[in-house]
Amino acid sequence: MRPTNTRNPDYFHKVVDCQWACPAHTPVPAYIRLIAQGRYSDAYMLNRESNVFPGILGRVCDRPCEPACRRGRLEEEPVAICRLKRVAADHRDDITDQLPKKPAKTNGKRIALIGAGPASFTVANDLAPLGYECTIFEKLSEPGGLMRSNIPAFRLPEQVLSEELGYILGMGVELKLGHSVDSMDALLEEGWDAVFVGSGAPRGKDLNLPGRWDTKDADGVAGANVHIGIDWLGSVAFEHTKAIGENVLIIGVGNTAMDCCRTSLRLGAKNVKVMARKPRAFFKASAWELEDAEEENVEIIVNHSPKSFVLKDGKLTGMVFEVMEYEIDESGKIISQNMTGETTIACDDVILAIGQDNAFPWIEETSGIKLDKWHVPEVDEATFESTRKGVFFGGDAAFGPKNIIWAVEHGHQVAISIHKHCQGKMLSGRLPNEVDMLPTKMGMFEWRYSNSYDDAARRKMTHVELTKRFEDLDVEVELGFTAEQIATEVERCLNCDIQTVFEASLCEECDACIDICPVECLSMTPDAEDEAELRASLSASEIIEGQALYVSDALPLTGRVMIKDENVCLHCGLCAERCPTAAWDMKESLIEIHYADEQDAEQKIGGGA
Amino acid sequence: MTSFVKPFIRRKNEPTNDLGLVRADYDGAMSTLCAGCGHDSVTATMARAFFELSIEPHMAVKVSGIGCSSKTTAYFLRESHGINTVHGRMPSVATGAIAANHQLAYIGVSGDGDSLSIGLGQFVHAMRRNVNMLYVLENNGVYGLTKGQFSAAADIGSTAKKGAVNELPPIDPVSLALSVGATFVARGFSGDRDQLLPLIKAGLKHKGFGLIDVISPCVSFNDHKGSTKSYAHAYKYYNPAIHADYVPPSQQIKAAYAAGEVMPVKLHDGGEIRLRKLENGYDPRDRAAAIGKLFESGESSEIITGLLYINEDHKDMHDMARMEDRPLNQIPYAELNPGAAKLKELQKGFR
Repeated sequence: MRPTNTRNPDYFHKVVDCQWACPAHTPVPAYIRLIAQGRYSDAYMLNRESNVFPGILGRVCDRPCEPACRRGRLEEEPVAICRLKRVAADHRDDITDQLPKKPAKTNGKRIALIGAGPASFTVANDLAPLGYECTIFEKLSEPGGLMRSNIPAFRLPEQVLSEELGYILGMGVELKLGHSVDSMDALLEEGWDAVFVGSGAPRGKDLNLPGRWDTKDADGVAGANVHIGIDWLGSVAFEHTKAIGENVLIIGVGNTAMDCCRTSLRLGAKNVKVMARKPRAFFKASAWELEDAEEENVEIIVNHSPKSFVLKDGKLTGMVFEVMEYEIDESGKIISQNMTGETTIACDDVILAIGQDNAFPWIEETSGIKLDKWHVPEVDEATFESTRKGVFFGGDAAFGPKNIIWAVEHGHQVAISIHKHCQGKMLSGRLPNEVDMLPTKMGMFEWRYSNSYDDAARRKMTHVELTKRFEDLDVEVELGFTAEQIATEVERCLNCDIQTVFEASLCEECDACIDICPVECLSMTPDAEDEAELRASLSASEIIEGQALYVSDALPLTGRVMIKDENVCLHCGLCAERCPTAAWDMKESLIEIHYADEQDAEQKIGGGA
Repeated sequence: MTSFVKPFIRRKNEPTNDLGLVRADYDGAMSTLCAGCGHDSVTATMARAFFELSIEPHMAVKVSGIGCSSKTTAYFLRESHGINTVHGRMPSVATGAIAANHQLAYIGVSGDGDSLSIGLGQFVHAMRRNVNMLYVLENNGVYGLTKGQFSAAADIGSTAKKGAVNELPPIDPVSLALSVGATFVARGFSGDRDQLLPLIKAGLKHKGFGLIDVISPCVSFNDHKGSTKSYAHAYKYYNPAIHADYVPPSQQIKAAYAAGEVMPVKLHDGGEIRLRKLENGYDPRDRAAAIGKLFESGESSEIITGLLYINEDHKDMHDMARMEDRPLNQIPYAELNPGAAKLKELQKGFR
């Protein structure tokens, strides 16, 4: 087989599972090491480079990093990456002097950003320091988008949100609140150099079952006591809604449903049931959000498919559900479903949390921006440009509902596109990622990272007592990690970015590395045609998608090859400590990702400046 | 010396043996030998052999003498029985232990100094008696623990680290074993575990004395140019003559070789050793041929390896001496010690 090309910047990047899984590619192990050293502000700033909102994301990120974490392949629980991010944010000093400054002079380019959510703020964060005049338009009276209107304050305190948005506004970004953009054509006529649409996916799905529009409120408006989840959460956030009935049914089991049921409890509901059509394995909500809701005694009822609303004298009194039965095959797929009966569940209010759609009623066909039949714009997946030059989409507005961290990554990419667009350059000519390998050896058996394996279990976040947390809507439930919890949790990180680097020409084939490896991920074996044949010599090899097999150059004495299963390696460095000839070494792989501000680097060198 | 330990890490989905134990359950204390020592590789292979044979650690006994190799019994099978004996006296202690309980799996670990100099007499007599044990002789040609003097296994013409040339003829443990009646004689190399692992498994299952002479380079004192026991030399002149696979009784149906290619040798436990010829005409059941082959290869400085001789028909010490089958610790005291009157009666018979 061909020896592995470790110079490909993606090779070592993939080994750092968390960083690779993160849409914004936050260098997780690197900031965890900074936290371990008590350098919270540095950890915060390192986070901010890629994910822009460490305080917000440290609480409410979707955490694609955690299911990917190597630790989770070793034992049940991954490192509490998200909680550690919050530690960096909670314990940082005042970092305002380290933030990019508002430039003394602008470059005269005017950028319109529609919707004050994470995507628009990230674009502004990347462009304002370069001299762009960024204006964010927001129809609501406060910035933040869904982070403000849909994430309840007991999960994300208002002050945390405002502070991190404030950092970006401080770079000279103009924010126009209560300013709804009603016509794209009219906006385009204003002569902006570029327009960014980051207005999210604001339309909650409805459920038009019998009885849906037969309820009436005091003013005679149809559909009373049946709420659309994201609208209802917004109405609670802006204090238009202050109460709900005693018995509430939530339809749907996504993360919005979890926010709806927990918010209901804080508005006076006594009995909240989340109704799921399918079994638990099919829930869309993150495991930890389900746990948190169940801790608050929310009942989750599976296999109930909504059929109709039940009314008495024009008032909602319950809902009828079909009780379902599913046949599930070995791979976990539903192969058949079967209705076994019907049941009526009494309630005062129903909240629908079954998804959300894009909606662009304000984008005219004449604008040259093509939308498909689901109102999703045609957007280039790399440049985020729409079918009209100079108009870009990002966040949920681009490809439908995702999450905050995806919106941030879209924002970074859009910023690069706008920067190139305003300079009249090709949008596609972006700087590729690079990888730098830094030594970590400090002396005999001494490395620049804590390499010894710590078998501690994941620390559990402490929550406010159940009796106290419902007193007010904005009592933050999670208390953050204590000093002891931080000290233990940071040691659980396996430092996957400290790579095992092998120099075949130095190897004397003594097997020392193979014997010392606590997870038996190494082997020396005759070279073979394919990977499966090489893997056969590893006793504990498991083929997991995306996890490579490292294959060395031919070894000097026998011509065999050294192989390593990147899936099982724990980066403990024992192979390098044991190697008598230093053929193995531990090096930190630093993935360099270039944002908008670095895109001109090449040009500077070329210009001889 | 090392200042770190190999952690014991239990993983999800880790392979287990028939007893439900993982490979690391057969590990021992952290090795204090030099990094890169061939002995560590042999240790790891022994641990794996016990793991794959699903031998309960408490049903195994490790015995050793003095030397770098003899230290290694501490580095595997942490939950088995073991004794570090006086220098060169391991075969006698092992013989005694086996006499007392021959139902355990015995592995002796020794080196070229412990076996071929101070312990040569003991070593030879254990083979003569066909004591039922596997004797692993980790052979590096030097006294590593005393900083690199030639051992009795050093080849004529090989040099010490600082250039002194050895002029004394070597004692070859393999030819010695063949001449005094060992019934399982093999040579391996620490750098080839694919060959060594089945040899150790077969040796443990063989009834009678099994010797494996393992070329196991000393990285600190005998891994230079001019050494005939260095990694480079061993890899270069290494010649596997025959490959032996141990097949346990439960897996015998899966015979996958064409007739004539494989020579099966039935073992007393019901399993068998399948010998695969790597060289034409070599038959390890033929002692005279084995001796001839050894002398031939000696002249070309080739290191002939593999299972060089096996004889399953010879009685072991226990059978020859018609000893008690039950372990002594399982015999009731009254039977074990029948009293003074019985002793007197016995003594009468010798008068």
